[in-house]
This record gives sequence, C-alpha cells and structure tokens, in this order.
Amino acid sequence: MSNVPADLKYARSHEWLRQRADGTVEIGISDHAQAALGDLVFVEVPEVGRNLAQGEAFAVVESVKAASDVYAPVAGTVVEVNTALAQAPETINQDPYGNGWIMRLKPSGALSAADLLGADAYGALADAG
Amino acid sequence: MGLRTPLYDLHVALGARIVDFGGWDMPVNYGSQIEEHHAVRRAAGLFDVSHMCVADLHGPHVREFLRALLANDIARLALPGKALYSCMLREDGGIIDDLIAYFLEPTWYRLVVNAGTRDKDLAWMRAQAVTFGVEVRERAELAMIAVQGPTARAQLASLLPPPDAAAALALEVFCGAQIGDWFIARTGYTGEDGFEVTLPAAGANALWTQLNAKGVRSCGLGARDTLRLEAGMNLYGSDMDESTHPLETGLAWTVAFEPADRPFIGRGALESIRGAAGGNRAVGLLLDERAVMRSHQRVATSAGDGLVTSGTFSPTLARSIALARVPAAAAGVGGTVQVDVRGKLLDARIVRPPFVRHGRVLV
Repeated sequence: MSNVPADLKYARSHEWLRQRADGTVEIGISDHAQAALGDLVFVEVPEVGRNLAQGEAFAVVESVKAASDVYAPVAGTVVEVNTALAQAPETINQDPYGNGWIMRLKPSGALSAADLLGADAYGALADAG
Repeated sequence: MGLRTPLYDLHVALGARIVDFGGWDMPVNYGSQIEEHHAVRRAAGLFDVSHMCVADLHGPHVREFLRALLANDIARLALPGKALYSCMLREDGGIIDDLIAYFLEPTWYRLVVNAGTRDKDLAWMRAQAVTFGVEVRERAELAMIAVQGPTARAQLASLLPPPDAAAALALEVFCGAQIGDWFIARTGYTGEDGFEVTLPAAGANALWTQLNAKGVRSCGLGARDTLRLEAGMNLYGSDMDESTHPLETGLAWTVAFEPADRPFIGRGALESIRGAAGGNRAVGLLLDERAVMRSHQRVATSAGDGLVTSGTFSPTLARSIALARVPAAAAGVGGTVQVDVRGKLLDARIVRPPFVRHGRVLV
C-alpha cells in the first residue's frame, strides 16, 4: 500500500499535482511510482520558461533499474524547477510529495477535473498496478 | 503466483518488494537497493539464492563424464572440496549455461546451475550422462543462502560451534565442505569474500534471522545484479546465451584447450573460431555523462556496431558501467566507443573488468 495524500490530484501516468495559493501548480511523481522505479540516481528537470502541452514529457527520472519519462498532467509554463534534485535524486524516494517535487508550472488554462484523479481513484489504480 | 523459495514468507515479512525472476517470486530489494549494495561492499549482506538449481552427480565414471560435458577441465580439481567455474556448451560452442562444479568425492560431484535454465540443463546433462552411467539427482529440497562482504565469513562462523567455525574459516577461496547440516563454500557473485551455504530448507529461516540479528543486511536481486556487474561477472541470458560462445563473452579463461587430447562438447567449434580472424570480444565500458547504459543499447565503434549486454548505475563508482560485446578490432582497452543511450550517442571508455573487487575500484 503506497502513500496517497488526500489533498493532491493525480495523473494516470503517476504524477501528482498540488494547487498553490499563487495560482501555480507543483508537480512530482507519486510514492507508488518512486517505489516501482527503485533508487533514483539521475533526474533531468526542464528549463524554466518552457511551455508544455498536456501529456508532454518534461523530465526524466532514472533509477538503478530503468529510465522513465515524467509527463505534464496539465498544460502550462515552467516557472521553477527543483535544482536540488541534481545532487540528491534520492530525495524523490525519501519524500516524493514534499522535497521531492520536480517543477512548478503556471497552467495555461483552467484545470480540467476530468483528466485528473482524486486520491481514492488514484490509490485504487496504484494498488491494481 | 510464481515459484517460491523456502524464504518467501520471510522476505515479505521483511518488507521486500517481490518481482518475477524467471518464473520465481523473488525479492528485488527490501527498501533501498543502493544501501544493500554498499552493505555488501563495506560489511556484509545476505541473499536468497535458493532458486538456483543444485544437482548432485553420482557414478564411478562421473569425472570422465564432466571432462566431456564441461569446457573447463574438471581434472584441475585435484582434491575433494575444490570448485571450478565452467561453461556447458553445445556442439557449435553456444553456451547452454555457466555453472560451478564441486568435487565432493571421487564418485560424487555437485553442480550449481542457473534457475532459469534448470529444465534444459537437467535434460541436457541426463542425455549426455547415459553412456557414462552417471545419475543426475536434483536437490530441490535444499535452500541456498549467500553471505557476502568483508565481514561475512566471520559473521557466519560466529553462528557455529567452535570446531565447525574453525573448519569454515579454514576454507580456501573456491573451496567447499559439508560442515554439520550445511554445505559451506567460499564462493559468491559479488566480488567480495564470503560464503554460499546450501542447507536443508527447514533451517533457512533460522539462519537468515540469526544473521539479520547480527546486523547482516537482507539484500535482493537488485543489489546482486549491481554487485556482480561491478565485479565483471557475466549474467546468463544477458551477457551470454546459446547464440554466443565463451571466446566472445569474456570467458576464454574458462575454456581448457589443454590437454589437447581431452575431447569436450564444443571443442571443435571453439578451435575453428579461435583460429579465425575477426569476431567479437567482451569489454567493460565506463560512461562519464550523467546517464545510464542499459542492455541492448547499440555501441558504435570504428570497426562496426557492438551491443551493451549488461549496463547499470554503479553505486561504488557513482556512474554508469556496462559489459558490452564489440568487434575484436575495436576492443582495445583505453579506446573510446559511443553508446546510443536513449537516442544520444555518448562517449564511453573501454576498460578491463572487474570494475570493483574486494571494495576497491580497479578502473
């Protein structure tokens, strides 16, 4: 059973999304995803200012086992990236929903609830997979 | 549900992440694979290798049988207790499996072969054994636990009564002995010192738990793979298989062409290959960039393309290492090749494995 915080939204491709007070969203990968990948050794983050389409690959997380793309759950512009991950990729393993965040995005439109899952639905998906 | 070793329930209770490995439900890690790796390089770790196949060979002609069956020469084992690493070949030189053979008694040898090749290995051995009157007896009732690392031997010995402990600690490298209920061998697959203990399944949980209590860390197949790759050891199915032969997979040293009058299965094919120019060689690769080489990636060289056969992130070197098969003309140590890592051609340097042995970086 992986940890699925109730206050976040999730994508089927295992990213989480946190809505922030300033209108931006913070994005990372779920506890389920980090556990499946195993120990992370490299994280490639996007450049600030890059415009992302919904579903576009914006980061690569590479573990001892495999490299995996991370997809934008919503469209928007990258406003900040977690540069600390370059030196400490294991932060994603240790704290996937906190210090392990990957980027902050200014969404280009209203968030579409249809494309994102709540904690219950995502938890069921993660347990099944 | 896959096949399970006698330790399966304990792995689950210890929090292991279980994966399918050749039809077996095996622990890949118990949390952090990298921490498990470092535990073996710096102190000691233990591995469940009960999925591997132990086969005992009995008969008055078992030695002649093994001299014909194996590419390495079992006659190199002069005394009971000695072990030999060898390939078992097809007539065309293709590798059926790699294995360890132990000389136990003049009419009794023990082979340990890979889990995924168990059925075809046993069938092949039994077919070849008929004319020698050798009986091939699988010992599926035994469990096998590897205890590896600089403190591993002392940790295991501390569980034994003093005479048995002394006997275990007296074992030389690549030797084994039956000590009480346990067959203890000073062998392994990590590049560190240690033991592999073959024991009745009923005693496996207790041994594991006692070693855990002494601080020996449970390690999964993930750490086993990064450790063996740093040690430059081949993995059957990745670095070699029936379509490859020992001379192109870094195992020429295991083929005993001398004495010249010893016939063994595959000898004729290997002699032809050995005399021919060209071909491929196995090399080690080191990557400077922050990326990870993986098996099946293309290796571009001045003499044509090769292939990464095993690649990973090395926890000890903190960068990517690989074993690769490349054209012999481009296999020189110190040369540079390019590996196609997720669509980017990255420079990699050719080195001679092992990358790490006994805790020391060698490249």
